Amino acid sequence: MFDVDVWQEIFSTIKKNKLRTFLTGFSVAWGIFMLMILLGSGNGLQNGVTEQFSSNSVNIMWMWTGDTSIPFEGMKEGRTIKFNNGDYNFLKEKGENLENVSSRFYLPGTIVYTYKNEYGSFETSSCHPALLGMEKVNVVSGRFINDLDMADFRKVIVIGDNIRKALFKEEDPIGKYVKLNNVPFKVIGLTFDKDRHSERTAYIPVSTAQRIFNGADRVHTFAVTTKMVSTAEEAEAITDKVREGLAARHKFDPKDKKAMGSFNMLAQYIRTMKIFQAIKIFVWIIGIGTLIAGIVGVSNIMLILVKERTREIGIRKALGATPASVISLVLLESVLITTVAGYAGLLFGVGIMEGINYGLEQALATGGGEGVFFRNPTVDFTTAITSMIILVVSGALAGYLPARKAANVKPIEALRDE
Amino acid sequence: MIQIENLHKSYVMGHNSLHVLKGLELGIEAGEFVSIMGSSGSGKSTLLNILGILDDYDQGTYYLGGKLIQGLNETKAALTRNEMIGFIFQSFNLISFKNAMENVALPLYYQKISRKKRNQIALEYLDRLGLKEWAHHLPSELSGGQKQRVAIARALISQPRIILADEPTGALDSTTSFEVMDILKEINDQGKTVIIVTHEHDIAAMTKKIIRLKDGVIEEVIKNGDLQLFKDRVRTE
Ligand SMILES: Nc1ncnc2c1ncn2[C@@H]1O[C@H](COP(=O)(O)OP(=O)(O)OP(=O)(O)O)[C@@H](O)[C@H]1O
Ligand SMILES: [Mg+2]
Repeated sequence: MFDVDVWQEIFSTIKKNKLRTFLTGFSVAWGIFMLMILLGSGNGLQNGVTEQFSSNSVNIMWMWTGDTSIPFEGMKEGRTIKFNNGDYNFLKEKGENLENVSSRFYLPGTIVYTYKNEYGSFETSSCHPALLGMEKVNVVSGRFINDLDMADFRKVIVIGDNIRKALFKEEDPIGKYVKLNNVPFKVIGLTFDKDRHSERTAYIPVSTAQRIFNGADRVHTFAVTTKMVSTAEEAEAITDKVREGLAARHKFDPKDKKAMGSFNMLAQYIRTMKIFQAIKIFVWIIGIGTLIAGIVGVSNIMLILVKERTREIGIRKALGATPASVISLVLLESVLITTVAGYAGLLFGVGIMEGINYGLEQALATGGGEGVFFRNPTVDFTTAITSMIILVVSGALAGYLPARKAANVKPIEALRDE
Repeated sequence: MIQIENLHKSYVMGHNSLHVLKGLELGIEAGEFVSIMGSSGSGKSTLLNILGILDDYDQGTYYLGGKLIQGLNETKAALTRNEMIGFIFQSFNLISFKNAMENVALPLYYQKISRKKRNQIALEYLDRLGLKEWAHHLPSELSGGQKQRVAIARALISQPRIILADEPTGALDSTTSFEVMDILKEINDQGKTVIIVTHEHDIAAMTKKIIRLKDGVIEEVIKNGDLQLFKDRVRTE
């Protein structure tokens, strides 16, 4: 049934009816084109927003302190809450919900970096070695801070690529000493990441920072990674647990957002992904709807066609066409039209999205497009294949009714002279 | 070749039933050249459709080449038609978007013969009917007589044992009619059974046997020897 002859038979029919075939195919092509555009845009939006999450582990959580705003156990509001190294140990030991912990001590005032005759001021992030994975710091040469650096209060520093450019020019910074307010720090690592602010950030051990800049055991913020969970509620529950623990240590109301601030990325991430899931379903519904309209169109036109071709089908039957051969004639024509037209729509839709993607990439590469919540708005291979399968199936569906009708044509009725 | 006994056929339309063939008996030997005559509505086309397995009958028996034709499913009927029977119609029934050659080749398509081969055979048949130069023309570019010759070529190409023609000259002028009849006669001379339906006495007179239908049964069969008599009778009618 699927030999070359059948196709030649179908092609000759199609060739004789070009306009009709084109109009039929167009509705399907349009349907699949819209589906691709919608899916691609949905993906682009999702990728863009996911990109915003990607500079950190999705399960990162930050905590900071302030003044209490709710009276607690007889104490008035307005007390200043301060984290310390004890809190670090507490989080490290007590948190079965937590994976990694890094504390940060804010260096006082403006820190001036000096190397030979060059100087400048940059952001200094004091941290634990664990921060490397949590904030996805990309060390391109040398190494990141390690436990020994922490234990020995070593004066070591990991610098971002912009700092290297500003201070070291073409020199290899590794092993050189850069002065932070006249205290020499040995450069042990270099970070680089093209669309990341960390370019202008330097990392030093938090223990060293506390000692050199008179911080005692003061900690300003914590960055932790939480256990991976699958619902926003579970993520919020972890936040609450951690807050309760710290609130008990510092005697403030766990609900006091002013006393202690926190941001749980995972909860946010899960919620955002949920929205995109909904968008995706929505897009598929609209896309499939458009496609169904196209298919109903094809089915309709094929029905008219069968009616127009009643006599021809009668002749074919008189000459020995079996019902199966008549069905395959109509069905394959329908499948062929939908598949080819759908494929054209698919290519066109994917092509446009790839074009937009290309433009975006160009804009990003040249520094424009900053803050654009739209990345890689393309449709993946699986989706394209799925759409193709949907097309072929729908082509068959569209052809089924007309084919049945054609198979039921009675030669005597068809051949009767009016 | 054809053996029909007690054939009944009614058309049912809503509550009405029209009894067209009423216990018809008919035998046609291989190689005969038969015309079926009768007034309009006497059931000639009905009979021919049953002979061609385009329609089924209600009662009786129909043997074609020794095989009982009864309650065949569509696929079996199609295969039997393709193998045994060639059709020629009054209005030619060529497929308008296929050229003469493709039209002629169509029955071989249903025999799964390759395109190249069937087109070559089709050209041979067209050549035999003097239409070689017209092979690549569409039916709309052909005259009535040419169209009917294409249709005859198409009926012959599957080398059927029987040719059934319902008023093959009905749409042609008398000169072309006689040309077509000459071709049919030639086909018959080559050993094929040819059965035509016609209104025209002079056309019928060119066959070797005339069957006259009336009221759903055969009223009269005029055989070879009596044909001259029939011709004379026609002249006086
Ligand atoms: N499909 C059908 N449904 C209902 N009635 C039909 C059908 N085909 C034919 N008839 C009726 O059956 C009768 C015989 O029809 P048939 O076509 O066999 O006549 P005919 O002898 O071929 O006539 P004509 O010389 O006009 O072609 C007619 O009265 C016709 O109206
Ligand atoms: Mg008739």
